[in-house]
Amino acid sequence: MQLSERHHEYWRKNLRLTAVLLAIWFVVTFVVIYFAPQLNEIVVMGFPFAFYMGAQGALIIYVLIIWFYAHRMNQLDKEFGVHEGDEE
Amino acid sequence: MSTQTQSQFFAQLKKYYSFYTGGFIAFVIVLAVLEQMGLPPKWIGYIFLGATIALYAGIGIMSKTADVSEYYVAGRRVPAIFNGMATGADWMSAASFIGMAGTLYLTGYDGLAFVMGWTGGYVLVALFLAPYLRKFGQFTIPDFLGSRYGGNLPRTIGVVAAIICSFVYVVAQIYGVGIITARLTGLEFQIGVFVGLAGILVCSFLGGMRAVTWTQVAQYIILIIAYMIPVVWLSVNHTGNPVPQIAYGQVLEQVTAKEKELNDPTTTLGAAEASVRALHKEKQLAAEDKVKALEAAIAAGSADTLVGEARAKLDTELAELNAAPEPDAKKIEAKQKEIAELTGPDALMAKLKKAADGAKKAAGPVPAHATAFSGKGAEAKLLKDNPNATEAEIAAAKAEDEEASNVKRRNFIALVLCLMVGTASLPHILMRYYTTPSVREARKSVFWSLFFIFLLYFTAPALAVLVKFEVYNNLVGSSFASLPAWVANWAAVDPTLMKITDLNKDGLVQLAEMTIGGDLIVLATPEIAGLPYVISGMVAAGGLAAALSTADGLLLTIANALSHDVYYKMIDPKASTVRRLAISKGLLLVVALLAAYTASLKPGDILFLVGAAFSLAASAFFPALVLGVFWKRANYLGAVIGMLAGLIVCMYYMYTTYEFFGGVAANEWFAIKPIAAGVFGMPAGFIGVIIGSLLSKAPSKEIQELVDHVRYPSLEGDIKTQAT
Repeated sequence: MQLSERHHEYWRKNLRLTAVLLAIWFVVTFVVIYFAPQLNEIVVMGFPFAFYMGAQGALIIYVLIIWFYAHRMNQLDKEFGVHEGDEE
Repeated sequence: MSTQTQSQFFAQLKKYYSFYTGGFIAFVIVLAVLEQMGLPPKWIGYIFLGATIALYAGIGIMSKTADVSEYYVAGRRVPAIFNGMATGADWMSAASFIGMAGTLYLTGYDGLAFVMGWTGGYVLVALFLAPYLRKFGQFTIPDFLGSRYGGNLPRTIGVVAAIICSFVYVVAQIYGVGIITARLTGLEFQIGVFVGLAGILVCSFLGGMRAVTWTQVAQYIILIIAYMIPVVWLSVNHTGNPVPQIAYGQVLEQVTAKEKELNDPTTTLGAAEASVRALHKEKQLAAEDKVKALEAAIAAGSADTLVGEARAKLDTELAELNAAPEPDAKKIEAKQKEIAELTGPDALMAKLKKAADGAKKAAGPVPAHATAFSGKGAEAKLLKDNPNATEAEIAAAKAEDEEASNVKRRNFIALVLCLMVGTASLPHILMRYYTTPSVREARKSVFWSLFFIFLLYFTAPALAVLVKFEVYNNLVGSSFASLPAWVANWAAVDPTLMKITDLNKDGLVQLAEMTIGGDLIVLATPEIAGLPYVISGMVAAGGLAAALSTADGLLLTIANALSHDVYYKMIDPKASTVRRLAISKGLLLVVALLAAYTASLKPGDILFLVGAAFSLAASAFFPALVLGVFWKRANYLGAVIGMLAGLIVCMYYMYTTYEFFGGVAANEWFAIKPIAAGVFGMPAGFIGVIIGSLLSKAPSKEIQELVDHVRYPSLEGDIKTQAT
């Protein structure tokens, strides 16, 4: 089976999206951990920032990353005509 | 059912599970009323255990099937949101449900590695694996390795790795089931294990993945209700805010202020703490002296005398216990165990070292809950011992603190990475994404999975802080004559969870006078919040649901790897459907019995083994799976070398650094703890796949087409890989 240029473009877009979301994942996880002692100096609503990120903030962002990926990819599937048929 | 459309099926499921949730709540209310009328707690425990296991069994029997696709992948029609709940239950084990909040209570910021690690991994599942595996659409993870890389060797390595990780993990779950059953009903631990085993088998034996999926959804509903109610109640009590996840910020501030007060000897509370810590310090020094004496005796070959003395002392204590006017059976049993464990100089040495470490820890200041990577306090100690220290001495102490802090940071990062990648490599989780109706649904399903897991995980840190507040404010400084009921109850039931003694004899409770076991936090929350016993029963039932659901998923993974990948794909590809299912069920039974037997031996270091499963899975599977989708050039030789290299490096590191296997900490690389061995195994795996692939020729055209096939949810003139 021969892949068309549109197919390749779909895959490139997927890779770009994956890379961007992975970068966000990396920053909210590892960069925040690395600078945790310094970031903990910032206190919002009683929460030291790095503690809050580890306990809740990063988790909320993970959920949003996955939601956005599913949403965007399901859109891309349709745009590039590679979506599955049957049910919605 | 086969004529039903997917949306009708979805509507029906929603209806069933809404009824079910309502029924469960009604059941708890009826029990609460019965409790008020005088039903004893023991009966509430029995009813909860019996009713929930009967319920799971009912679902299991209703879902029995003789269809291969139903048995292995629940017919591939589990809607995203239900697959999310099932994955949540599959994922959250007894350790998450009971242990997590306790770990956070005891370790503060450092414990957050587990919270982040066990959730952030789903980002990797979503971006790198779930949609592609769903498109591939067969039955097991070794299936993918077998088709993508060709030949039986990658599949075999996959089977071996899947069995190692899952078996270690399932033993820990069955162990948890035994403990909870014992606690809920007062049965012996060993009997609890086998009662739990029956509960696991009725779910998975008849209906495979289909039955497991629908019971897991039911188990998720119970476990999340059981987790939330006590925390919300506690939050309302303390802060007047029913959303603990927001409310605990102000509580955390109060806890932090209290930590400072307790560590400051110029305050009343701080002075009392300091007096208790001084006693711990004496104990520590005494124990350290004994260690030195024993070391000298071992060198001189006269250690047996010291062991004899220690044993004689224990014997006298046992005789005293027996001679007491009212002999305490539990204390006598504990003492007898202590005597039995004192087998020789090595055992005595371990015991003394443990005592010295425990006393040293108790003699130290209260650790700050929210502080990340605190150093070892060398500078503070130096200034306290020697106020006239020279600048060079201060600089040396600062450097020591910084080094300790850096080591903690490194280990934290390594552990988070291993837990995340391990999450994205554990076969029992990945397998769940084969069960959705489409790639589209698989992507949504990862979102729902993490959402449902997130509900529990972002509550645990709040629970830990709320309980800490209760302990620091209402328990510390109170009088021994009027301890809160929950403290007295738990101290009587299980001293490993709650131990409290008036060491400095001032009649008041100091923080340094109590030892709290992590599991206490979740188990005692209903009582701390002043809720009736029925809620305690519900929490135990929630813990049981968490352990059972995880055990189900794991057992199925192991049995499927053996029956599908080994028997059907490699030994007898012509086997009939009936035969395949019979073999699968037989193996399930054998593996379950083997795991229950192992758990009943109470293997030590169970927590380490669970952590090890993540490192092993991350090293063995992740590189080969991800490169299999994202790098067309990856081939047979690469996969074989990469998977073996990952596994071997990871196992070698654990073997040389973990004392259970006879390793020593001196062998550690960059001071990384053995639990995070995957941080070395993973790169080895990636390098192995890349080098192996580049050394041999590119994979065949068919395999390259397979890669295109999994990358696009739908293609014209597409090949077909989905197994039915």
